[in-house]
Amino acid sequence: MPKQLPLVDYLVLGDDPHLEAWECTSCGARFFDRRNACAKCEADEFRRARIASEGVVRAFTIVSLAAPGIAVPFVSAIVDCDGTSVRANIVNVEPTDTHVATGMKVRLVTEPIGVDDDGVEGIGFGFEPIYAAT
Amino acid sequence: MSEDVWILGIHMTKFGKHPDKDAVDLAAEAARAALADGGVTMRDMGILAAGNLMNAAAGIGQMLQKQIGQTGIPVYNVANACATGATALRTAVMAIKAGEVDYGLAVGVEKLAGAGLLGAGGRTGGSEGKHYEPSGRYGAIAGTDGRIGTATMPGTFAQVGMEYGHKYEGVSFELFARISEKNHAHSTLNPLAAYTKKMTLDEIMSDVMIAYPNTRPMCSANCDGAAAAVVVSDSKLKTLSLEQRRRAVKISASVLTTDPWEEACQVLPDVNTLTRNAARQAYEAAGVGPDDLDLVELHDCFATAELVHYDNLMLCEEGGAADFFNSGAPWRDGSKPVNVSGGLQSKGHPISATGIANVWEVATHLRGEAGERQIEGAQVGLAHVIGLGSACGVHILEKAG
Ligand SMILES: [Zn+2]
Repeated sequence: MPKQLPLVDYLVLGDDPHLEAWECTSCGARFFDRRNACAKCEADEFRRARIASEGVVRAFTIVSLAAPGIAVPFVSAIVDCDGTSVRANIVNVEPTDTHVATGMKVRLVTEPIGVDDDGVEGIGFGFEPIYAAT
Repeated sequence: MSEDVWILGIHMTKFGKHPDKDAVDLAAEAARAALADGGVTMRDMGILAAGNLMNAAAGIGQMLQKQIGQTGIPVYNVANACATGATALRTAVMAIKAGEVDYGLAVGVEKLAGAGLLGAGGRTGGSEGKHYEPSGRYGAIAGTDGRIGTATMPGTFAQVGMEYGHKYEGVSFELFARISEKNHAHSTLNPLAAYTKKMTLDEIMSDVMIAYPNTRPMCSANCDGAAAAVVVSDSKLKTLSLEQRRRAVKISASVLTTDPWEEACQVLPDVNTLTRNAARQAYEAAGVGPDDLDLVELHDCFATAELVHYDNLMLCEEGGAADFFNSGAPWRDGSKPVNVSGGLQSKGHPISATGIANVWEVATHLRGEAGERQIEGAQVGLAHVIGLGSACGVHILEKAG
């Protein structure tokens, strides 16, 4: 197995990949970035909180024009993961307004983004549609 | 109670391409015209507040003084995203309210013609080196835009509109395009707009898609332009000529807010809460309600943004923005004309100029000087801008009594 690194530090790899946020121990507000203090209540103690790996698309856009080097079109979405909002691409879906909709159920998946000169593999994430069994 | 503040003179340059003029030329044109409009000079001014976001460290205020009048007054160079112009205006207003000065000059200018996509967040794709190494507040090893959704302005405001559609009924790609159709139709009457071409719904919907559901004509137009306003204290205005008093426009409310913490606000910028807060504060300060407004210039940086701000500015019931638009209200012959200037989608959006240009549009109608596009009998109007990050400015203006 080559060494792997997550695209961002709030993506936890391993047998059970998932996202983790910083959760304020005082008020429960959740953040994905390195914190100085809580923007909601000003406390400065946080614990790691696991984010639900299934959610509902609350908003999306299909980006057709982006900066050089970014592959388009791609679907950007805000996914409501059991009360915590996550920004991510919607993957494994045709990027059209007939295939993506708000309210659709999605689940977390990981995918390789490339390998660096040392052979370290970068791993990103996205959410894919959960299709109801028919 | 601090005293009332009035707009004495105000000017907006033609928006569009000005290849032969730099930012200082445009700022000077707007500032000198605003001074002349008010019948005053730089020697009367007690404070200058100025913004030029794309060159924020250069000190546009002092550069402007060196061309139009170095009188030694304090300069406040301000930068507050797309609310920069409104922030400059509010800075001058605050100086008067504080009792420090009788006159203030606010100027906003931008050179943006030909600028590409603005506001790409984080590191962009393709920039990764040969070694993955976590960096920044998210410990990212590569560019995140395009891999973890998007933080660009078109993508962000597209999602803002789609989120509204998820919450409330009646929202579709076609509805957003119809909003754009309205603004492009309005622009045909505005000789200062960057684009004055009427567009059909079909032309708008089949144009180049930028970030669904916003096609190119549904996005604000990058262009050059400047706007400036001279503000004066109530007590000083009383000493001026009848003509100056007659044309003065009262600033009944000048409000600036930022986004308070809300769940998800650091994931998708919450452009709603701070606009709603600013509107509520402005209506209270002015002692008017949304029903009293004869026209509104709101920040339609994208067609999707205009829809949510109908609701945020309380022009309709909560959740009723689609019905409000479908009723015909925001068309120039409707009950609540919105963006009769053509809005940012056709008038253009030279960032720092926008917050004063919106005030100029409303003031020009209140003075009865809007020519072909005059909203007859306009007495009260509202100008709104929002900058991502976020900052929201709302000004309520009233015709001299
Ligand atoms: Zn907290």
